[in-house]
Amino acid sequence: MKTLINATLMVALLGATACTRADRFDDMNGAGSGFDANAGINQGIIPGSANDPRSPAYFNQTIGDRVLFAVDQSTLSPEAQRVLDGQAQWLMTNNDYLAVIEGHADEQGTREYNLALGARRANAVMEYLVAKGVAQNRMRFVSYGKERPIEVCSQEACYAKNRRAVTVISIGSLS
Amino acid sequence: MLGLGHVFKLGTLGAAVMAVGLLFQPAASSAQPLRIEITEGVIEPMPFAAPAFVAESAAAQNFAQELSQVVSSDLTGTGLFREIPRDAHISQITSFQSPVQFADWKAINAQVLITGAADVNANGQLVVKFRVYDVFSGAEVGQGMQFVGTADGVRRMAHKVADQVYSRITGETGYFDSRVVFVSESGPKDQRAKRLAIMDYDGANLQYLTGSGAIVLAPRFSPDGSRVIYTSYQTGEPRIHVLNVGDVQSRILPAQGGMMSFAPRFAPNGQSLIYSATTGSNTDLFRMDIGSGQVTQLTTSPSIETAPSFSPDGSQIVFESDRSGTQQLYIMSTSGGEPRRISFGEGRYGTPVWSPRGDMIAFTKQNAGRFHIGVMRTDGSEERLLTASFLDEGPTWAPNGRVLMFARETQGASGSSALYSVDISGRNLKRVQTPAGGSDPSWGPLQ
Repeated sequence: MKTLINATLMVALLGATACTRADRFDDMNGAGSGFDANAGINQGIIPGSANDPRSPAYFNQTIGDRVLFAVDQSTLSPEAQRVLDGQAQWLMTNNDYLAVIEGHADEQGTREYNLALGARRANAVMEYLVAKGVAQNRMRFVSYGKERPIEVCSQEACYAKNRRAVTVISIGSLS
Repeated sequence: MLGLGHVFKLGTLGAAVMAVGLLFQPAASSAQPLRIEITEGVIEPMPFAAPAFVAESAAAQNFAQELSQVVSSDLTGTGLFREIPRDAHISQITSFQSPVQFADWKAINAQVLITGAADVNANGQLVVKFRVYDVFSGAEVGQGMQFVGTADGVRRMAHKVADQVYSRITGETGYFDSRVVFVSESGPKDQRAKRLAIMDYDGANLQYLTGSGAIVLAPRFSPDGSRVIYTSYQTGEPRIHVLNVGDVQSRILPAQGGMMSFAPRFAPNGQSLIYSATTGSNTDLFRMDIGSGQVTQLTTSPSIETAPSFSPDGSQIVFESDRSGTQQLYIMSTSGGEPRRISFGEGRYGTPVWSPRGDMIAFTKQNAGRFHIGVMRTDGSEERLLTASFLDEGPTWAPNGRVLMFARETQGASGSSALYSVDISGRNLKRVQTPAGGSDPSWGPLQ
C-alpha cells in the first residue's frame, strides 16, 4: 500500500512540476522501474501511472519520451523511429496535450555548433511526428546544445545519453 | 561605474623632462636601448624595479602602495617582464623629484625603473605621476606623465601607468585598462547556473549583470564597450538580447527571425550585428540593423552556418560552416556572396574571431579527442595551435591583438569551466582569477 501511495505522490508531483524546467522527468526514471517491479501486486491499473495508457507517465516511461543520436548526427535510428511511432500514436489519441521537443548535444563540441546540432535533432523528431500525423501546431522545438547534460561523466556511456531529443508533453500553451 | 568621471589629464612634468623624453618616444628610433620584440620566439623577461610610489600627502598613503602593486602585477602578468623584489632594492625612492641613483639599480640588474608618486588634490581627486627609466643609459623612456581621477579609480590609474610602460618598452599598445564580460558559472554540470558578469581584465571589480534565472550564453562587447549583446533563454528559447553596461538594463531585440537565434556579434561601427538564426534543421547567418530592426539573410546553404565575426574594417565576415561535412572556417563579404574556405588541417574548426589588427583569425580546433585554441592568417596559412586540453573553447582577443582569453573546461563528473589567457606565441598560459567558474569571455576595448 505504501508503494501505491508513493506512486500516486510521484504522479502528483509530475503534474505539479510540469513545464518548469528541462529534463524534469529524469528523476522519474529510477522510480519507473519501481512501478514495474510492483505492478504484479496491484491487479488493476493505477490511474495516472506508467500502466495507464492515457497518462503522461505512460508516455514518458512506457513509450519513452526520448530518442538518442550518434555522434554529430541527427538521423533517426530504427529504434528511435519505433519510439516516435509510439509517441505519435499517443499524441493523436490524447489531443489535449502539446509537445515541446528539446534537442541536446554532448559536451564534445563548440557551444554554437552544438546549439545548431540540437536544433537539427529536435527538428528531425518533430518532422517525423508530423509525418506520422501529429498536427504541427501542437508542437515546437528548442535546442539546449550542450547546456543541459543529464549524465555528467566524460565518457561515451554518458555522452550517448546526452545526445538526445526529449518530447516534453503538457496540457496548455506551447510557450 | 568606476569613478573616472574626468578624462585623464595627460601632461608633461616640466620642460627639462620633456626634452629628454622626446629622445625616447615609443617606437620612434631603431636605436632604442630598451626593447622587447613580442613577435620573437623566445624572450627572457625584462627585469624591472617598481619601488612603492611616493605618497606626497597623508591622504595619498593608502593609494601609493596599491598603485605600484597593480603596475607590477600588470607587467609581470604579461610574461615579458620580471619584477626585482623590493627587499633586493638598495636605494629607496623617497622623493619623485630627487635624482635617481642609477648605480644602485644597475647593481641589482634592473633594466627598467618605474618611479611614481600619488597625491590627493584640493578637489579630493587622486593625482598620479610616474616616470620610466632605462637604468643602463640613465635616460628616461618617454615622458613623465600625470593622471587625475577619482579615488575609486585607483586601479584604473595604475593600469594606465602600466599600459604606458608596456607601450614604451614593446612599441605595442597596452591592454591593461580594459574589461572582460563573460558567463559566470556555478553549480554541478547537470544543474549549472549561468550569469553574465563584467570585470577588469585581471579579475578585479567583478559585477554581475544578470540573475541566474535563465541560461545566458556568449556575451559580446560593442566596439566602444558601452553595450553587450548575448543569448538568453529568458523567453524559453535562445534569443538575442542587448544590455547597457552603464545602467544594466537589457531588452530583447525584435523580430530576429527563425525559431531561435544566437551567436551575435557587433559590427565594428556598433550599428548592426551578425548572428545565427535557425529555421527547421537549418541554421544560417543574418545581419540586423539595430536602429531600424531590418534583417538581411546572408547565407542560404542547408548546412549549419554560425559563430560569425567581422573583420576590423567591417568589410568581411569569418564564420564556421559544416557545408563540407565537418565544421570548417570560411570568409565572405559582409554583403553575402560565395564564401571561401580557409581551414584545411585535420579535425574540426569553430568559433573564429578576427584579430583587432586584422591579420589573424583565432579559433577553436577539435582533433583526435582534444581541443585547441589556435591562430592562423586570414588566408589560412601559418596555423599555430597555442593550447591543448580536454576542452578549450571560444577565444577572444585582447584589444592589442597580442593575447587571447578563452574558457577551459575540465573533464568528468566534477568538471568545471575557468577562464585562461595565453599570448599569441603560445607563451604565458595562465588562469584568470574569477570567484566562480567562467566561460565565453569577450575582451572589451582599451578604455
